[in-house]
Amino acid sequence: MTHDAEPVTTAAPPRPAADQDRANKIAVRDLKFFYGDTLALKGVSLNLEANKVTAFIGPSGCGKSTLLRVLNRMYDLYPRQRAEGQVLLDGENILDPKTDLNLLRARIGMVFQKPTPFPMSIYDNIAFGIKLYEKVSKSELDGRVETALKGSALWPEVKDKLGASGLSLSGGQQQRLCIARTVALKPDVILLDEPCSALDPISTARVEELIDELKGQYTIAIVTHNMQQAARCSDYTAFMYLGELVEFADTHHIFTSPTQKQTQQYITGRFG
Amino acid sequence: MAVYSRKRRIENGVFLALSFGAAALGLVALVFILAALLWNGVAGLKPSVFTQMTPPPGSAGGLLNAIYGSVVMTVLGLAIGAPVGLLAGTYMAEHGRYAKLTVVVRFLNDILLSAPSIIIGLFVYEVVVTRLGHFSGYAGALALAMLVIPVVARTTEDMLLLVPNTLREAASAMGLPRSHVVWKVAYAAARPGIVTGLLLAFARISGETAPLLFTALNNQFWTTDISGPTASLPTVIFQFALSPYKDWQQLAWTGALIITATVLLLSIAARSLGSTRTAK
Repeated sequence: MTHDAEPVTTAAPPRPAADQDRANKIAVRDLKFFYGDTLALKGVSLNLEANKVTAFIGPSGCGKSTLLRVLNRMYDLYPRQRAEGQVLLDGENILDPKTDLNLLRARIGMVFQKPTPFPMSIYDNIAFGIKLYEKVSKSELDGRVETALKGSALWPEVKDKLGASGLSLSGGQQQRLCIARTVALKPDVILLDEPCSALDPISTARVEELIDELKGQYTIAIVTHNMQQAARCSDYTAFMYLGELVEFADTHHIFTSPTQKQTQQYITGRFG
Repeated sequence: MAVYSRKRRIENGVFLALSFGAAALGLVALVFILAALLWNGVAGLKPSVFTQMTPPPGSAGGLLNAIYGSVVMTVLGLAIGAPVGLLAGTYMAEHGRYAKLTVVVRFLNDILLSAPSIIIGLFVYEVVVTRLGHFSGYAGALALAMLVIPVVARTTEDMLLLVPNTLREAASAMGLPRSHVVWKVAYAAARPGIVTGLLLAFARISGETAPLLFTALNNQFWTTDISGPTASLPTVIFQFALSPYKDWQQLAWTGALIITATVLLLSIAARSLGSTRTAK
């Protein structure tokens, strides 16, 4: 395994300096992450641009999922996991211990590898989260559920069985339900952790179309093992390896003329 | 090669026969018990069993006071023990999953789970009955509650631990506070199993004799007040079955049939509730 190339953190492509900070929804600064004593992220810095899709690729264990789980402080659920450095969401450091995690997670939604519908009806899967944060009338709630389900292209399939258990849906439908559930909370950022790895090609295509539609309103970060998927649906791509960000640039650049040897080897399938 | 497969076939046959035999032995014993109960119990199953009090030897009577005492003490025991067990199990599986206290609580709970029930009876006798100065149905209910706690705590913990962490993460990722994650999502996923645990605890204490001997004792007369000595089916069966009187022995058989039928029905209910999980 070659490790001769010096990892270089390449910033997002240059834009006029004035709007650069505003366009960055999330700025990660020198982020280190520890599982107990194991260093899993070795000082990662990058920006997630607003209303764009940023893909994270790299071999298993490279730290891409870990990075995603820092962005909504998911690691806080577990003992002996900690992060150092800064993660700025609209300029505010979310690693600050004073951060209200529930509010943060309502702003930064996450969809997981395995579909995780709650053991309740399709309707309640979506209404549940809305009711927690907002006082809404029954008819407004109905509307919000419908909008969310239409937004994730699930409406035609479930509109006649909203009372059925979320678990009765197929895997692809369950995943779209989870996306609908996340979108219904109107977050700013959506994190997708290998959202299609448990889905068949048709469901995958639907989720990818969905990602494309969603980026108009949301900032999206997606971890994927599928390089075609990264190439198809992202604007920027970050290649990570052994806890370091090896290369970060616009997707076209990464897949056609990567500057780092490791990136090139990975995307051509020579390791990983 | 041929020798090899022949040896395997023989081994397979032997083990199959052994496990079949073991299963049959257990089932045959169960069938004999149930058959004896039915044979001897049904004979005494008359309306008077449910309308009259336990009689003195030689006169007619029923089991009404014992049935009443059993129902009240069992329900009360479950009402006291189940919430404690539920909360303890929830603490161990959810809020305190990584806490050192959980290891201690789980260990103590396992000891309590396997403690002989007569020890529980003696404990409540020493702590409650000697202080009150008399036997009491409440003390009986308390002893039963102490049997309920470890069963419910254990099943609740086990069932919550079966809920995949991804579900908790998904709920947390929506910004749900911890309490919602536990009570609305994890409980929704674990509900059938938890209900099964409650029913099993109920079934277990409805047949317990030892903890009641030292606490509720027995009472030959009708009373709705359980602050004094209180009759229960298991203690009446114990007393009547050991007696030399034919009519008492008959009532003991009938009482045993009633308890067994109740426990059986509860177990079936527990099973069918538990299986709705897979049916979903």
